[in-house]
Amino acid sequence: MEHTSTLERVLRGIALSLIVLFFMFPLFWIFLMSFQTNETILRIPPSLFFEPTLGNYKALITGKLDTAAGSLDIAFMKNLWNSVLLSTSAVVLSLILGVPAAYAFARHKFRGSEDIAFTLLSFRFAPPLLVLLPLTIYFQQLGLADTYVGLIWVYQLICLPLILWIVRGYFEDISADVEYAYRIAGHGWFATFRKIALPLAGPGIAAAGLLAFIFAWNNFVFALVLASADKQPVTVAALAFVTASGIQYGQIAAGIVLSITPTLAIALYAQRYLVEGLSLGAVKG
Amino acid sequence: MSHLSLARVDKFYGRVDHGVHAVQNVSMDIEKGEIVALLGSSGCGKTSTLRMIAGFEEASRGTIALAGREVHTLPPVRRNVAMAFEGYSLYPPLTVRQNIAFALKSAKLGKTEVDARVAEVAQLLEIEDILDRYPSSISGGQQQRASLGRALIREADLHLLDEPMGQLEPQLRAVLRGRIKHFVKERGYTAILVTHDQTEANALADRIAVMEGGVLQQFGTPSMIKERPANLFTGTFVGEPPMNVFTARVAGDDGRIVLELPEGVTLAYPAGAFTDDVRRTIRAKGDIVIGIRPYSVRRAESGVEATVAVNQWLGDQTHIAADFAGGIIVLVEHDRTVLEPGRTIAVEIDPAALHIFDAATGIALAHGMELA
Ligand SMILES: Nc1ncnc2c1ncn2[C@@H]1O[C@H](COP(=O)(O)OP(=O)(O)OP(=O)(O)O)[C@@H](O)[C@H]1O
Ligand SMILES: [Mg+2]
Repeated sequence: MEHTSTLERVLRGIALSLIVLFFMFPLFWIFLMSFQTNETILRIPPSLFFEPTLGNYKALITGKLDTAAGSLDIAFMKNLWNSVLLSTSAVVLSLILGVPAAYAFARHKFRGSEDIAFTLLSFRFAPPLLVLLPLTIYFQQLGLADTYVGLIWVYQLICLPLILWIVRGYFEDISADVEYAYRIAGHGWFATFRKIALPLAGPGIAAAGLLAFIFAWNNFVFALVLASADKQPVTVAALAFVTASGIQYGQIAAGIVLSITPTLAIALYAQRYLVEGLSLGAVKG
Repeated sequence: MSHLSLARVDKFYGRVDHGVHAVQNVSMDIEKGEIVALLGSSGCGKTSTLRMIAGFEEASRGTIALAGREVHTLPPVRRNVAMAFEGYSLYPPLTVRQNIAFALKSAKLGKTEVDARVAEVAQLLEIEDILDRYPSSISGGQQQRASLGRALIREADLHLLDEPMGQLEPQLRAVLRGRIKHFVKERGYTAILVTHDQTEANALADRIAVMEGGVLQQFGTPSMIKERPANLFTGTFVGEPPMNVFTARVAGDDGRIVLELPEGVTLAYPAGAFTDDVRRTIRAKGDIVIGIRPYSVRRAESGVEATVAVNQWLGDQTHIAADFAGGIIVLVEHDRTVLEPGRTIAVEIDPAALHIFDAATGIALAHGMELA
């Protein structure tokens, strides 16, 4: 046991509170904003006391945005659905492609394997805008522009390297002999992959999948350029709140709350796996 | 044809002919039902050899045949080999019981049969009380026995046991040794056992293979290895305490053989102490290395002088180390001998106990009276 003095505990408590405050305050403020009208939000000085309204959420859910300049149609729920669809499909595809690939990179060192793995990672280094222009032209020629398939494909640039590199690390941490012990008992490599490697790397795969999901969810620029309004995710849709009659802070706040809810829910649910995943290294081979 | 046959097997880690040459041109034939111990210093290629037989490492060159089939190109699944791993390699999410039983999965046995066999092996290895624990919550020695159980429970053509008892205390090791030998022999299994413990090798194995630097030095029965070491390495590696070794020049005339050791020490024997062949061979060589086991060195009234350096009572025998011919000679006595350091003693070396090696190559020339 480590012994800490009272003073140390108090100081630590204060430090932790400050950090939590610093990171949570914007979220908390946005949460409050989402229940306010633009008038109360823009009031000077700002106040914690106001009459809460569900108007922002109602506008988002019904798709009718009433501004001073008149009524405006927004497709926020559609965009939210697009986000879910795009991110989920992209992550699922990335897992299907990336996990076996990560296994191969971890277990079978062949000439150039390191180079290939690095090339895949390097997709993450390139600024997306650099590839977007040529990509747009290709996509238009291939008929992939403004399709879900095209977007999911481009999202692989975000998800695949992430999953590949994280999961590969987890596979490498599993002692190869554990797998050999299974193979020697009369099981083929695929059964070994499925029954031994996958379950052991499970928490790592979950962690990588979650991280990839968050990255995909937060992506902005690919969808902005490659998709039209009805295929765009929430990140792009938030632009619609910048209207002719001003910025709809209340709705933006409500939109943010709605759009972080799915990732937050998944993160909370997967927390257990994340912790497990991060402590996988402690597993003795 | 032998049950297991390794023919000119090489292992390179990395590129062939360029990488680490871990196993060098090893050929070995093992009969069905034999237990073979693989003995050698750390890093000499024992595990690499086992892994090639099991199929986890590709043999860079050479062929491996098991039970009448060439197996070196087959995947591990199809070789029908069981193995206890040096690093245990238990499957973490399963209990010890499941770990042991899962080795039987592919044998498609009924549940009662599986349970009975797990119980049998667990009793053999004294791990009944930890069967329902997880690998992460048991000790290293218990993990090792679980891993050994997982190998022994299978009916395979060959059992490879990589240091299966290294973590256990001597008493338990001695008990298990006997039981495992009985278990393996009773079922007619063939086994290769890697060990650092010479007592274990002697007690368990029908034959011992001594390896060093990736090269198979000698492969023979325990007594053969002990009494007729093929070269200087085997001679000094096997046997506890190690063999005393001195360089010598062969001199003398027709009636006598004189071995001139460093620092003017000479051992003189009548020519009749050696056979004609031995005499001729060592005379022709001139420079030789002689080896004498500590148990064969005697103190005598008159003999060659040595000065006691260290005197150790080990509880059941005394090891005396004495300065002799520019080196140290160790002798063993079964009584508690008190010889204070600095005292001069006289030692006598029986020519019949001499192992004679070629000074240049280390290859054995003669053991006692006989040519090697
Ligand atoms: N995967 C590998 N890559 C490169 N070199 C290796 C590899 N595995 C083993 N070696 C080298 O091959 C040689 C033989 O190793 P091996 O594991 O067979 O030794 P060992 O006899 O089993 O030793 P120990 O008694 O310590 O277990 C060593 O020099 C080792 O460093
Ligand atoms: Mg080894």
